[in-house]
Amino acid sequence: MTTKIFVCMGTSGISSGAEEVVRIFEQELEKHNVIDTCKIVRTGDRGLFRDVLVDIITPKLGRITYEYIKPENVPQIVEEHILGETPVKKFQAGEDYQQFFADQKRIVLSNCGEIDPENIEEYIASRGYDALKKIFAITPDQIIESVEKSGLKGRGGAGFSTGLKWKFCKNAQGNPKYIVCNADEGDPGAFMDRSILEGDPHSVIEGMIIAGYAIGATQGVVYCRAEYPLAIKRLNKAISQAKEKGFLGANILGNNFSFDITIAQGAGAFVCGEETALLASIEGRRGMPKPKPPFPAQQGLWGKPTVINNVETFANVRHIIMHGAEWFSSVGTQNSKGTKVFALAGKIKNTGLAEVPMGTTIRQLIYGPGGGMVRKKIGFKAVQMGGPSGGCLPESLLDIPIDYESLNRTGAIMGSGGIIIMDQKTCMVDVARYFLAFTVEESCGKCVPCRIGLKRMLEVLEEITAGRGKEEHLDFLQEMGESIKETALCGLGNTAPNPVLTTLKYFKDEYIAHIKEKKCPAGVCVDLLKFEVIQEKCVKCGQCYKVCPVGAVEWKKKEYAAINKEKCTKCKSCIMACEFGAIE
Amino acid sequence: MKTVDLCDVKKIVQRYRDKKGVLIPLLQEIQSEYGFVPEESVNVISKELGIFPVEIYGILTFYAQFYLVPRGKYTIRVCQGTACYIMGGKEILDHISNKLGVEVDGTTNDGLFSLERVACLGCCGMGPVVVVGEDFHGRCTIQEGEKILEEYRVKGTE
Repeated sequence: MTTKIFVCMGTSGISSGAEEVVRIFEQELEKHNVIDTCKIVRTGDRGLFRDVLVDIITPKLGRITYEYIKPENVPQIVEEHILGETPVKKFQAGEDYQQFFADQKRIVLSNCGEIDPENIEEYIASRGYDALKKIFAITPDQIIESVEKSGLKGRGGAGFSTGLKWKFCKNAQGNPKYIVCNADEGDPGAFMDRSILEGDPHSVIEGMIIAGYAIGATQGVVYCRAEYPLAIKRLNKAISQAKEKGFLGANILGNNFSFDITIAQGAGAFVCGEETALLASIEGRRGMPKPKPPFPAQQGLWGKPTVINNVETFANVRHIIMHGAEWFSSVGTQNSKGTKVFALAGKIKNTGLAEVPMGTTIRQLIYGPGGGMVRKKIGFKAVQMGGPSGGCLPESLLDIPIDYESLNRTGAIMGSGGIIIMDQKTCMVDVARYFLAFTVEESCGKCVPCRIGLKRMLEVLEEITAGRGKEEHLDFLQEMGESIKETALCGLGNTAPNPVLTTLKYFKDEYIAHIKEKKCPAGVCVDLLKFEVIQEKCVKCGQCYKVCPVGAVEWKKKEYAAINKEKCTKCKSCIMACEFGAIE
Repeated sequence: MKTVDLCDVKKIVQRYRDKKGVLIPLLQEIQSEYGFVPEESVNVISKELGIFPVEIYGILTFYAQFYLVPRGKYTIRVCQGTACYIMGGKEILDHISNKLGVEVDGTTNDGLFSLERVACLGCCGMGPVVVVGEDFHGRCTIQEGEKILEEYRVKGTE
């Protein structure tokens, strides 16, 4: 093989036509009689949404990346690049692509987009299962000590020391013990676990086996949300390949240790990301949280001691075993070690997964890998971190380092690492309303603060966004939010008021504009909009005319736009498209 | 209402006998067989496995994924994750709902489309996302949403 062709085939790649791209590659290579010297590698997502991404490695040209490739582009690439040895400039990934990867430190994601996740040989060739081979020469206690010393903390949200959790579980009374992988990535805006499972499933399996050996468990369960069919498919395949190779099953690699993994599929409940609810769901019950203690490490699945870690946490384990605790803890800050994968999305140029050392500032993340705002004219307003449990931070806080402690002080949280960038056209009151509508919908209903308190807060926010807000509403939101934080049963309820409390803290002006002036400065809250063109601001560009789905915008070249209110359905397409704020 | 052939339910239930924690995977399998969980199957499970119907309905109504009534030929899921929401996903959902004349979770009279909101599909970089059946449509707009509907309407009535 002299030429390698990598095609990104995660959920986003496939939905953009990656299967067809591969098919045309095969067809063209066959046609030109070069199929025997070329190898097509179907990889997971590399983390950047520029699908279909294709990399070609040839001895002469080295590695060249093409972005946004469509099936019809393939014949030209084959002819010019592979046969003619001249890259096709117009499809080549540009500076943005380089910038996205430049400041990243890829440990967990090192294999994503680089190997075929459905072929265990490629994982092994990238030093896969080397860590597993190493553990049988050391004791379980040494493994736990190493993980504890590394400073690895749970990547799912709460940030508890992984090594300590393992130690508690190992020392807990009860047999058998269980390893559970939380792959119920329910936070809207987070997709790192999906990408890891789709792009490098063996790294999670290897981490789970090592954890099993360390605490003395023989059974592992991956609880994966049903919304991720491709992740489940690849995980299943990886498990059976690992069994064939003797990495999973009875007497692993000839040692006196057996471990097996099964998959439990979620059924569409956000609350199941909470560990006690997740366990209830595996047991076949409604996913409702239980008070802690007892912690799962003491009484977990089927009442037995259980370690529950998140996908990204398990994916870190093999690197700690291979390179040592000191190597791992040399990256990051004093109290937050290693790297963290962030999911960048929203009004940002480069959306995707960026893995950076802990301690990187939010600004570095947004303007480094993120590439800055997508529409520079409409500037930055806020960054939302940590999903429905997190908060919205303003420009003035962008220089704080990303670590567990610093973020907690702002009122946001690290959470699972979802980061949504919002511009001036995002209404912060509406965002708070959005998150509460989400948590109200997803509340399991077990405890009163979450079931009723959040609902009351949502009703008030709906009043405010509808233009019926009163000043005393703000005190109510503050007071109710704080008491829910203190009294709700589980971590999800405790943190659910965060989006409201942080927007109240940092964006109070916007609440006041809604209440006193009955105005939505961002142009989002429909009831406060007039759907009229402000002629002083209109540049007669016709963007609004082009996007209106019902033909309600009247516009001719060199004339002001006007909106026909009889036809208008208030869908806001025109407002979103206008870069000049000319429609209010 | 049509009666449902329960032979398959009985076959499926047999395979879950004497195992623990089976209810969710069992119901998932029944749903993938029938497209929904027929009411009659609840009684079969109850009898065969000795589980109270109230427990089974408890599961069916707690988890969003289960349907107690038949679905349309195509299920349209409009992502309402944070990224999709701020990129205009809500407006697309509202528009499609208007266009089809059904509320969220409803099915059109011709049985062609069911409409759903979904919390997050984990494809935030492609937002707003609309999924029809298994097909993802990224970076959607209201206008494209209409085109997609039309495409499937033609395909579905062929």
